[in-house]
Amino acid sequence: MINLVFDETTKKFLAKIEYISGINVYRCFQCGRCSADCPSINMMDILPNQVLRFLQFGQVERVLSSKTIWICASCFTCTTRCPKGIDVAKILEAARQVNLRQNKDWLNINIFHDNLTEEEKEKIQKEKDINIIDGKRRAEFPTIALVSATRKLTA
Amino acid sequence: MLDFAYYPGCTLKTTAKHFELSALEVCKILNIGMSELPRWNCCGTVFSLSEDDLMHNLAPIRNLIRVEEMGKSEMVALCSMCYNTIKRANAFILADESRLKTINDFMYKESHKYEGSVKVLHLLEVLRDRIGFERIKKYVKKPLTGLKVAPYYGCALLRPEGAGIDEADNPHIMGDLLRALGAEVIEFTADRECCGSYHVVSKPELVYMRASNILDRVIEEGAEALVLSCPLCDFNLDDKQKDIIEKDTSRKPVPIFYFTQLMALAFGIEKEKLGFENHAISPTPLLKEKNLI
Repeated sequence: MINLVFDETTKKFLAKIEYISGINVYRCFQCGRCSADCPSINMMDILPNQVLRFLQFGQVERVLSSKTIWICASCFTCTTRCPKGIDVAKILEAARQVNLRQNKDWLNINIFHDNLTEEEKEKIQKEKDINIIDGKRRAEFPTIALVSATRKLTA
Repeated sequence: MLDFAYYPGCTLKTTAKHFELSALEVCKILNIGMSELPRWNCCGTVFSLSEDDLMHNLAPIRNLIRVEEMGKSEMVALCSMCYNTIKRANAFILADESRLKTINDFMYKESHKYEGSVKVLHLLEVLRDRIGFERIKKYVKKPLTGLKVAPYYGCALLRPEGAGIDEADNPHIMGDLLRALGAEVIEFTADRECCGSYHVVSKPELVYMRASNILDRVIEEGAEALVLSCPLCDFNLDDKQKDIIEKDTSRKPVPIFYFTQLMALAFGIEKEKLGFENHAISPTPLLKEKNLI
């Protein structure tokens, strides 16, 4: 059983999400259209509509520690199709921002360094569930990929 | 003569040179003036989705200052992500006077204050609205007869509302252009789907999944090549397709074109100028088969 507690920290967090996104999460009536149309749900741990639901119930950690908020690449399919006109991509961005503004990156910038030991790589991979890119492979990426990845996934 | 300020962006000067080269050749033929911004800077690649974040709008707005300094009122981008980011940043800053003031105050060293006069356009819009696809037909010297192409829009050209250049769920601008060039257009079911974007850096398996799905749809729905306007989609669908095929050699390769390369080909521009040798999946066998090169 989940005990729903809206303590001061939770209220502050919800206010922050609303402030950053400009969206009241209680407008969502859980039709599930965002999740039905999302092209990346099979890589997510909770569905986009569940992000909204958890927020409505004040389940802060479930959202902030989810993979989902990082897997979303802001393609705006959900935003375009939400029958309530909720910009779902902005909610996910707000959750990313709450993490990033506390310096909690998802893409560890160390992956761009060439001198990581295997042990260090493994540790990063375990913590962040991301792939490690060494210096040689980095050169394969076009600028547009490196800039957008670091913009979205690092503080 | 049409005369625009032209914003190239980072990748058009590096891995997507053939996009820029073919676009500028095409514009020359159509008499579209494209004056490159002097001292342009990064657009930011992704529009900041935070309501309280002005900082990430500095870079795109600084580019628009350059446009006003050039005495131009319209700026054209080729890259879908540059287009989307700068267009949205412009709308965000102009939606609230205090945002414009704050951002101008911050950039106090700029001798020109941004006045908000610039309209941000994508080249496809210029071709549709200012030239017209009927007129484009008249420039076609070598129609792309028999070439079955799938126009692919991805996210940044269409979404969200206000930034899109066409109907978000029924796009046809690129299809209409390709029909004008004489190609057989296959409007396929994955034409608006996400390519996986920057996850190619952080989570490549997501991009392999997205790209395989999009390429499967192209093949199953009867197209021979995919046409796009975004260098990141191009990287994920062309370069990464090579990896996908290495893992599964039974896959049929799908050449990926920028729409401007096919325009240039149809306009009779020499193939040497179109960078076909830069593709990971070579388009040469297909173009030879169709007698286009």
